[in-house]
Amino acid sequence: MKPVKVAQGNVLRYNFTERLVHWTAALSYIYLLLSGLAFWTPWMWWVAMMLGGGPVSRAVHPWMGLIFTAAVVYMYRMWLPDMRITPTDLEWRKTIRAYVRNEEEEMHPLQAARGFDRFAPVDRFNLGQKYLFWLMFWAGLTLLATGLVLWFSDYLPWSLRWLRLLSAFLHPVAFLFTVGGFIIHVYMGTAVVRGGFSSVIRGEVSESWARYHHRLWLDRVTGASAAKK
Amino acid sequence: MAGKVLEIRAMSASSTPAPGIRSAPVVAKLIDTSACIGCKACEVACQEWNDLPPETTVQIGTYQTMPDTTPSFWNLIKFNEHETDDGAFHWLLRKDQCMHCADPGCLKACPAPGAIVQYNNGIVDFQQDNCIGCGYCIAGCPFNVPKMSRQTKKVYKCTLCVDRVSVGLEPACIKACPTNCLTFGTKEVLLQKAKSRVAQLQTAGFLDAAVYDPPGVSGTGVVSILAFGKNPEAYGLPKDPSVSFAVEIWKGPLKWIGNIAIVGGIIGTFVHYLRFGPKHVPEDDKAKQADAGR
Ligand code: HEM
Ligand code: SF4
Ligand code: SF4
Repeated sequence: MKPVKVAQGNVLRYNFTERLVHWTAALSYIYLLLSGLAFWTPWMWWVAMMLGGGPVSRAVHPWMGLIFTAAVVYMYRMWLPDMRITPTDLEWRKTIRAYVRNEEEEMHPLQAARGFDRFAPVDRFNLGQKYLFWLMFWAGLTLLATGLVLWFSDYLPWSLRWLRLLSAFLHPVAFLFTVGGFIIHVYMGTAVVRGGFSSVIRGEVSESWARYHHRLWLDRVTGASAAKK
Repeated sequence: MAGKVLEIRAMSASSTPAPGIRSAPVVAKLIDTSACIGCKACEVACQEWNDLPPETTVQIGTYQTMPDTTPSFWNLIKFNEHETDDGAFHWLLRKDQCMHCADPGCLKACPAPGAIVQYNNGIVDFQQDNCIGCGYCIAGCPFNVPKMSRQTKKVYKCTLCVDRVSVGLEPACIKACPTNCLTFGTKEVLLQKAKSRVAQLQTAGFLDAAVYDPPGVSGTGVVSILAFGKNPEAYGLPKDPSVSFAVEIWKGPLKWIGNIAIVGGIIGTFVHYLRFGPKHVPEDDKAKQADAGR
């Protein structure tokens, strides 16, 4: 990692490129979500009115889709090594119920020293974060492929009608999966894991935050060995 | 177009029922393909009445005007060549246009409120000023009818001359047809007429003659008499058209599953927060306590 100045007691979690790519994905996704919901249900049609009207929303939506998938593909390039699911993640998954119930205090090294090490340590991203990444990656590619068909659906010959129907069906299915991931992601990132939001804005987290949530990662970036703690 | 006279029975992307409550006889156009001589008077009449710009004709090796209908050419006589088992040659002429389905796939698929309406007399009409140009209707239609204009990014198709019909006139093509191949009236009466014509064709040796009024779309407002009724594909018509399964699931159960999941997800995260709240990093808590105690 390039040396970047961080405040005393902090570590760098997301560098500038990572933050920029993240917010490119996030903002383009929010546009896609809003305009998409307007096309999804007449209950949300007013959103299209706020975005400049139905035809404008329809015209801008695919371009935002290109930006979004580009950002997600760039995330893949950036984060693939950190996002591979490891045996430790599968260990961690066994106690996911306790994680959801905020009962992972025992994961803390101080507790671990007292023999409470029920939680597998986490590297840069926990399994839930990895699942979100893979969900967004695969759903993003599906949305791009089906979206391109729908974008140019009037150019498609009648003999490829099945492709148009398949796309019209799979596009909202993939969309629903991303909405599920998005709701949980935004909720976890802003409300539950305090400190996460400022990390994806300004880049830094406190060492104690990192030790608590991502111990293996902290050890890795500070060069500390497991023996030292 | 004729909202003042006709009531709307069904409307695309509407979260409330369509307003029409008055009953009206369902109108229909009967096409006796066996009486069509391929004169194309209907094509001209359609262009004229609807003030459509002239379209360039395309030579495709038959007498057909162009390969397919276009955004500004809504009524095309298709010249299908057909050889029967006994080696006889037949010209199967078909009037390609919107079928005005009783259960229109285009309307079901459309996401824009009011871009596609069905009047209480059964006519399905596109309202271009509400259309957003998404092309979903193209996916929804089993007959390859809606055509998108590259210029306006809106779809166009036959209106069944709703502007004429609503003031008691018959569609322009009917008026122009010289052979009685085309007739217009209430569907009930036309179906009777079609039946006797089919019987006539059968006695004349066309044993497979049949009425094409596909039940998969609950019948159509454009009914055809086919001499080779067992083989509508020979005319370029689908054998058993219906609104695609994909459209039915997408606009049916998927909508409900999706809506429940989205609302449930939002409520779920909210309740989770009420119950469990944020995560605490014990070391940070300790530091904070120390700060407060000082
Ligand atoms: C308003 C919308 C969003 C907010 C508030 C938000 C917030 C966050 C936060 C706080 C983090 C840091 C988590 C941590 O390190 O503890 C993060 C990371 C991340 N975000 Fe977002 N995000 C949003 C939209 C998106 C979208 C649309 C995607 C889709 C690709 C996305 C993909 C990711 C990924 C893959 C990570 C890294 C792993 C993770 O934390 O899950 N984010 N985001
Ligand atoms: S192109 Fe227009 S009429 Fe067709 S589905 Fe989209 S909004 Fe509806
Ligand atoms: S033929 Fe196609 S465009 Fe016409 S009413 Fe049926 S589904 Fe709609």
